[in-house]
Amino acid sequence: MASAGASDAQTTRGTGRWARLGAWIEARLPVGKFYQAQLLEYYAPKNFNIWYFFGSLALFVLVLQLVSGIFLTMFYKPDGVIDAEGFSGAYRSVEYIMREVDWGWLMRYLHSTGASLFFIVVYLHMFRGFLYGSYKKPRELLWIVGVLVYLALMAEAFFGYVLPWGNMSYWGATVIVNLAGAVPWVGTALVEWIRGDYSIADATLNRFFALHVVAVPLILLALVFVHLWALRTVGSNNPDGIEIKEKKGADGKPLDGIPFHPYYTVKDVVGVGVFGLVFAAIVFFMPTLGGYFLEGPNFEPANQLSTPEHIAPVWYFTPYYAILRAVPNKLAGAALMVAAVILFVFLPWLDRSPVKSIRYRPKSWGFALMAFAVAFCGLGYLGMKPAEGTYVLMARILSGVYFAFFLVMPLYTRNEKTKPVPQRVTYHA
Amino acid sequence: MLKRALMVLMFAAAAAAFGADNPNQKCVDSLGVADAEVGNTASLQKGARNFVNYCLGCHSLGFMRWNRVAADLNINEDQLKQNLEFTGGKAHDYIKSTLPAKDAVEWFGRAPPDLTLITRAKGPDYVYRYLKGFYQDPARPLGVNNLVLDGSAMPAVLADLQGIQKLDTSVAVDPATTKSHPRVCEKILLERPGRMSAADFDDFVHDTVNFLTYIGEPVKAQRESMGVIVVLFLLVFTVFAYLLKKEYWKDVH
Repeated sequence: MASAGASDAQTTRGTGRWARLGAWIEARLPVGKFYQAQLLEYYAPKNFNIWYFFGSLALFVLVLQLVSGIFLTMFYKPDGVIDAEGFSGAYRSVEYIMREVDWGWLMRYLHSTGASLFFIVVYLHMFRGFLYGSYKKPRELLWIVGVLVYLALMAEAFFGYVLPWGNMSYWGATVIVNLAGAVPWVGTALVEWIRGDYSIADATLNRFFALHVVAVPLILLALVFVHLWALRTVGSNNPDGIEIKEKKGADGKPLDGIPFHPYYTVKDVVGVGVFGLVFAAIVFFMPTLGGYFLEGPNFEPANQLSTPEHIAPVWYFTPYYAILRAVPNKLAGAALMVAAVILFVFLPWLDRSPVKSIRYRPKSWGFALMAFAVAFCGLGYLGMKPAEGTYVLMARILSGVYFAFFLVMPLYTRNEKTKPVPQRVTYHA
Repeated sequence: MLKRALMVLMFAAAAAAFGADNPNQKCVDSLGVADAEVGNTASLQKGARNFVNYCLGCHSLGFMRWNRVAADLNINEDQLKQNLEFTGGKAHDYIKSTLPAKDAVEWFGRAPPDLTLITRAKGPDYVYRYLKGFYQDPARPLGVNNLVLDGSAMPAVLADLQGIQKLDTSVAVDPATTKSHPRVCEKILLERPGRMSAADFDDFVHDTVNFLTYIGEPVKAQRESMGVIVVLFLLVFTVFAYLLKKEYWKDVH
């Protein structure tokens, strides 16, 4: 194979001591070949726009969360027992990190800001998929694995939110875990099994800690690996939604493709720089972001006797929370909330249009997508508000829009009047 | 586009309908805002003095050590011993009230909360308005109530400085709208002046809340000054990263 030959030639270049060590390693573990195949010979479409930054940024935040999380784990104590002064060991350890551990405040703010920014990046990354039809054949599995990453991320965020054992941690966990109680017949037993106690308690905190720092991260990493594996297999989609592999030059390389490294590595570094600026602005100047990233009531210790005035999850869950509360029946609400997330899995088959990119699809699709985006953001807003009066009515309307977008999709995409798709990607140097 | 505009209007209408749920909001607003400035060391020092003299009798700052406060506020250990830390403990002790919780419950109905994180939980403005918001209310066991925390168990500790306030509730209101608040405040009246002028008392509360804001997040000033350097570095980094990208992408046509 040409590529294997090239890699051998490259890694065994020269005859010095280091070159021989390189060859020794390469013969036993083909690191160079891997690098060659995955970065230098991985051809990505050259017409990526701003929407294509968010995948690499998600990977960047993932690493940041792992590193800051490891340091936090060194000082955090998953102890939910409330002492005579009204504080738990967990709550005390978080304040210990904030006040007495060198750079502990930085690790904590990086981690809490990273959690929210992870969701912003992932939501934009998913919306990119909607815009350019990245879930369509041959990328159905790539998309589904991505949805699983999103699910794992939600679990990770929920468990992590409980750990500081503030009052919102406590009551948020109470509300969410109680949802399992809506399951017919086994509900009560199921809730007790999840909690490990008759209320959210020390046992719950300990198992959530185990899930947050070991179980879910392992699953998340495995899924991200599979996501990238699938991506490398089918190749990236692009804003024109055409397959660059179909137009290859005499050398067998895609005419509209450029090697991932160095072209997209240097480009993604610019993305990391801009994103880093936003990140740093939040971490250093507004770490609570006015109560959206770190909520005021969660600076109060968990208190079984004092329910916060409005129990609302952090902003990234509020669209689903609004759907949950829009339904008067608990079981139906919980089922609808789960359905709202699971629906993403079926997107590749709900969308019947033969064309991928919004650029060559009719206005009706653009309108549907906009309605969905407005519904999602609107529900996010309503999920932060008390569930009463007009808010509930609006949550019901927007939930209707949300579900109609998916469920009616086969109808409104079946006979789309699409525009002609070009043969080659649109690119202006 | 029309749909989006409509949505914004609907949200605005809903917010207006549900926004004002405290009937005393007008009076609460008239109490002013904290304007916390944790970089002002002189104000923090005065705030520390105020806290020790008026608050520490009952309230702890249980997550904060004396020597951290001293170091951050440019106070040396002798000054600390002479002016703030009167109980003869160690400089590295946490700032604890000596009031036994059992007595507190007996006297006030509940133990006074630890105030380390009060400004983070409620915000500096809340604490500022709370300290300025005590008024006469014969219906309460201690004869005082509070504008921002109805039914507060705390006595008006600062009445000696501020004077005694009374609510002007002369304007008749529809009783149906004020279930939880028996009277609706139109104006706060100073019934009997205290030892301080209104302006001096504002400064007193400002310094105290400023100190509590610092206590809530002692690293805040350091965090912000470091942030400037980090942002400047990232700006330079991003510019060079962009130039590098442009150089490489010259080959792409």
